[in-house]
Amino acid sequence: MIFLEVLAGVIGGIVGGMGMGGGTLTIPILTIFLSYEQLQAQGINLIAFLPMSVVALIIHAKNHLVAFKQTWLLALVGSIFSLVGALVANHISSGVLKKLFALFLIGLAIWQLVVMIKNHKKEKEEKLNNNENNSNIKK
Amino acid sequence: MKKVKKLHIVLFGALIGIINGFFGGGGGMVVVPLLNKLFGMEQKKAQATALFVILPISLVSTIVYMCYNSIDFKSGWPVIVGIILGGVVGATLLNKLNNKVVKGIFIFFMFLGGIGMLIW
Repeated sequence: MIFLEVLAGVIGGIVGGMGMGGGTLTIPILTIFLSYEQLQAQGINLIAFLPMSVVALIIHAKNHLVAFKQTWLLALVGSIFSLVGALVANHISSGVLKKLFALFLIGLAIWQLVVMIKNHKKEKEEKLNNNENNSNIKK
Repeated sequence: MKKVKKLHIVLFGALIGIINGFFGGGGGMVVVPLLNKLFGMEQKKAQATALFVILPISLVSTIVYMCYNSIDFKSGWPVIVGIILGGVVGATLLNKLNNKVVKGIFIFFMFLGGIGMLIW
């Protein structure tokens, strides 16, 4: 059991470390395969995210990749409203929370797929344009 | 980088906070495209800055979950260890794998996870 739990964490962690939103895989793995309650799975995901992201943030800040000035208000407002979200999550049934999370995942997946296809099309067009420009220059 | 209206920042901040607090994650997947499109940040910067936005949000959520005893260290510690180990591996793999293929697989499993959770 412990081995499976570590494995579930590693899978979710790898995806998270690659910057694709690890919780979105860790949580379903925990609820579907290891019969975690939804709220419990969310809590585990939250607490594991903290040390990982502190380290990553320090590295990114050193590389001057973090736009603190433009986004501190976003972080502040988000933190205040996360109180509301977290309080509600702790007051509704875990079953309902699970179904809502499932819908959230499906929605995210469809949205990401649409974005990916759009980006792919854009890249293709850009390549075509570049090729045309190059051939025009040659003429 | 684009100049963004304060009202928009407040509205999106509220949305991200509620989502991440309610679902215990997933906010980052909304923040990155938001920084990308609304703030006009390039992808790498958007991903790094998203961490700065989500970290305090997750910290507040974690404290609330703790107050309700919803974080079970006793049975959950192997998962936590796994996530941290995996995180290091994932971060080092980041530049070595074909991102489009990995992303496609990820989206597929996310969809599958959602369906699975609806059924079971």
